[in-house]
Amino acid sequence: MKANIFNIQKFSIHDGPGIRTTVFFKGCPLRCLWCHNPESQSPVKEILYDKSKCTLCGNCIRACENKAIEMKDKTLTTNMDKCSFRGDCVLSCINSAREIAGKEYTLNEVMEEVLKDKVFYKNSKGGVTLSGGEPLIYADFNEALLKELKKENIHTAVDTCGYGDFKAIERISKYTDLFLYDLKLTDDEKHILYTGVSNKIILDNLLKLSKIHDNINLRLPLIEGINADENHILEVLSLIKGMNIKKVNLLPYHDIGRHKYEKSGRPYAEDMERPTDDKLNRFKEMFENEGYMVKIGG
Amino acid sequence: MRGYTERTKKLREISTTTQPSISLERAVLETEFYEKYYGTVETPVLRALNFKNYMEKRKLYIGEGELIVGEKSEGPQVAPTFPELCCHTLEDMTVMNDRKYISFKVKEEDKKVQEEKIIPYWEKRSMRHKILESMTQEWKDCYAAGMFTEFMEQRAPGHTVADGKIYEKGFLDFKREIEEEIGKLDFLNDPDACDKKAQLEGMAISCDAIIIYGKRYAQYARELASKETDPKRKEELLWIANNCDVVPAHKPQTLAQALQMYWFVHIGVTTELNTWDSFSPGRLDQYIYPFYKKEKEEGTIDYHKARELLECLWIKFNNQPAPPKVGITLKESGTYTDFANINTGGINPWTGEDGVNEISYIILDVMDEMKLLQPSSNVQISVKTPDEFLKRAVEISRKGWGQPAFYNTEELIQELLNAGKTLEDARFGGASGCVETGCHGREAYILTGYLNVPKILDLTLNNGFDRYTGKQIGLETGNPEDFKSYEELFHAFVNQLNYIIDVKIRGNNVIEKLFAQHMPSTFMSVLTDGCRESGRDYNAGGAKYNTRYIQVVGIGTITDCLSAIKYNVFDNKRFTMGELLKALKSNFEGYAHIRNLVLNHTPKYGNDDDYADDIMLDVFTTVRDLIKGRRTVCGGTYQIDMLPTTCHVYFGSVMGASPNGRLAGKPLSDGISPEKGADVKGPTAVIKSSSKMDHTSTGGTLLNQKFTPSSIRGQEGIDNVASLIRSYFELGGHHIQFNVIDRKTLLDAQKHPEEYKDLIVRVAGYSDHFNNLEKALQDEIIERTEQAFN
Repeated sequence: MKANIFNIQKFSIHDGPGIRTTVFFKGCPLRCLWCHNPESQSPVKEILYDKSKCTLCGNCIRACENKAIEMKDKTLTTNMDKCSFRGDCVLSCINSAREIAGKEYTLNEVMEEVLKDKVFYKNSKGGVTLSGGEPLIYADFNEALLKELKKENIHTAVDTCGYGDFKAIERISKYTDLFLYDLKLTDDEKHILYTGVSNKIILDNLLKLSKIHDNINLRLPLIEGINADENHILEVLSLIKGMNIKKVNLLPYHDIGRHKYEKSGRPYAEDMERPTDDKLNRFKEMFENEGYMVKIGG
Repeated sequence: MRGYTERTKKLREISTTTQPSISLERAVLETEFYEKYYGTVETPVLRALNFKNYMEKRKLYIGEGELIVGEKSEGPQVAPTFPELCCHTLEDMTVMNDRKYISFKVKEEDKKVQEEKIIPYWEKRSMRHKILESMTQEWKDCYAAGMFTEFMEQRAPGHTVADGKIYEKGFLDFKREIEEEIGKLDFLNDPDACDKKAQLEGMAISCDAIIIYGKRYAQYARELASKETDPKRKEELLWIANNCDVVPAHKPQTLAQALQMYWFVHIGVTTELNTWDSFSPGRLDQYIYPFYKKEKEEGTIDYHKARELLECLWIKFNNQPAPPKVGITLKESGTYTDFANINTGGINPWTGEDGVNEISYIILDVMDEMKLLQPSSNVQISVKTPDEFLKRAVEISRKGWGQPAFYNTEELIQELLNAGKTLEDARFGGASGCVETGCHGREAYILTGYLNVPKILDLTLNNGFDRYTGKQIGLETGNPEDFKSYEELFHAFVNQLNYIIDVKIRGNNVIEKLFAQHMPSTFMSVLTDGCRESGRDYNAGGAKYNTRYIQVVGIGTITDCLSAIKYNVFDNKRFTMGELLKALKSNFEGYAHIRNLVLNHTPKYGNDDDYADDIMLDVFTTVRDLIKGRRTVCGGTYQIDMLPTTCHVYFGSVMGASPNGRLAGKPLSDGISPEKGADVKGPTAVIKSSSKMDHTSTGGTLLNQKFTPSSIRGQEGIDNVASLIRSYFELGGHHIQFNVIDRKTLLDAQKHPEEYKDLIVRVAGYSDHFNNLEKALQDEIIERTEQAFN
């Protein structure tokens, strides 16, 4: 059993309590316009290419045994059908313009890596967070991984968009101490427009999960012009009323992902903005008035 | 302005805005004394009488508003000189006056005095002269090539710390004990009885010297009081006089007297000789708490008064710039800071229980308020230390100027036990200077010089030839292109290493003997257990424990260099040794592909990656085992420290490009921190990698960690840093310190130094004004990896 992982981030402090290691799985059913990890969307490996660093020296073309890279009109293209991910182009690039996103890991390999920081989890009351991408698409792998982590007495968190088979959620929930559950938009049409999928399954799963799990943090990405308005917050409040949810994280949009879009060759939506601090504080207050513990940021 | 009271605000202002300068008062008094008495008495007596002469005749200084009195020279920021150790040339004096960094103003008339009076007498009699005359050509070649440095070239041994005895006894008591010892000498059977007598007499005279100094201050304070028109200040001056009536002759009765006692001792130690790392009260909170407790119960002191007194003491430390240094000694330690490193917290040395008390917290408040370069303040963190104390210390430390640094109490004690000390003595131990470990008040633990380990690989790769001086200075260990395996290369490196260490220690032995013969330190000997009992001087192996340190520099760089060769040349055959050597020779010009591979695609130390970390372990244990346990000529034992001060910059400046991609002239890695930019997996990985070496088998290691301010915001930021510290210490780490400044700020500070006069950063085991650092060191600090929290 293997999973495609694009990063194992040590000393992660915004994905649950304490000092954590976050495992980022590659592949996601959603295509959120504001996604700051575009390389996490496709479940398969890919070559990231930073055009701004490239001097068109041609080292990568010469290094590639499969002749997958071509230069035409001062533009470099990689034919992914020919690419076997040997990584020779990456090693040959003296400007660090190329990298491979995604690596196959076995369960043991992930465990070995995350156990390295066990002492920090213990002292900070931290642990391991599974994120992505969407960890649910590797449900079997992650059920086994979480089970192993619990055997080691490590606190576990799962950061999910909630889009998946509830049976899978139910299976992993047994070994999950904390769910970080993303809620993007209450309006289904808008949800489809901005994320590519309907929110029906997501909302349905949230309700079901809240009945069998008592530690869910709701995470709301807030993007000016899309969902950062009081009406939306009121709708969220009414939606989760009565559910067993105590904490809410407000995640203001940031554009550090912009560069990553260029590298992975995807178009970037330019007109999104971070909500003002005033606005964020007002939203915080709205949640607090209803008895929720709120944090701006992870 | 910083300061808890108007008084400390004013005193701090004077301390921080006065330009350091040089006074020849001590040099002139000493020269006149030597001209008259040299050859008339035994050396220890001569040295003691010289000390007494200075204490009798030197000018006194009581600044406006001061509560604790005494200066090394004529006033704040005035440094005495020590021609018996280092007789400055006129050129030295001009350089010290004119240089941009760490300058000392020299009066024109003083240059004349130096030329006519000091130089003619001391030029050929100074220790610096004697040392350089005694060294072999091979030592001189290695020294010129920057293979190692020599601590005793301009300064005296010292590197030790006071314990609690000065709060339990006065110098009249010490003198009586010394005289009793003289009475017990066995001239019938003990062949050393005469030497012991001279030494003990010298020690007794040193007691007189400090007592006279105290009495003169009492008298001077009364004189000032009689002229004082402000009744409040008049009362204070009489209060100072009363304190100086008691200490240092008798044991202190109050907190103020305890602090004054220490300060007189500090002045004694640092003017008897220009001891390295000045001196320090060590576990100050443990020693003075009983005075505070008693007075608090009697209602004669409270938090406010204690805090003001401690701030006055802090300012006193800051008033004393390190002795002026020149040449390589300045390069290895380019700072005004004199490394008086005060340990706060830890365990109670008498009971072994948690040692944090009210004074510990007051000291943290003082540190926070004063924000001074000196004293270097640290906290000891034990498993018994309450989180509240740790977190208050983190709260101050994350302000980003490097204080307090954090030391691991259990690890310190284990180091001392491993070195053969008793548990009782080990509990009275701690860190001093930068990170060096010792038993306070009972051990001479003397640093002898830094060792440039990465350059030893450079020699190996050039068959013993030094590219910097153009000389064959090492062994001929073979043409590296002929090495068939990594093991062959490593073997050659070890031979080269052993040879350079031999050269260094051969020199050390001669120097140790020279100091034992010519420069006994009789006052320091009074303060150090063992000297009285053995009748031998601190500088001659008289202390209860005697340790000599060699400070190992560049473990990060050397690990990455060896990893680059093993991984690329031998394991993966990405290029040949010949190609690598050509790349190094050309500073990687035309070899960008090799530099890319070694820089970006090779396992490196600091990422919790066993490939690199196993190499680090090999180097660490090899260097340690080649040094540790060797005997010194005066009966001491060698030990290693892993700290750089500013020497990693100097060592890098005398080296060409390295196999890890480091370009010619660039600094080496500092302490046990990874090479700049090599650690890409964050602070937990750095901590894991650096805890793989056995810290308890060293005398101290130094780990620098830099954070951006945004990454440690809020209570969670404090909690996380506190957890990092607890974890590192659980893994056996010795010391960790933090710089919390973003790169942008530092770059801006470099461009506009005038706007950042207050910017203090952590350099090595101490903090310094960013503006005081030379450009290369500033660049180096900017380049240290910022560990972001995502």
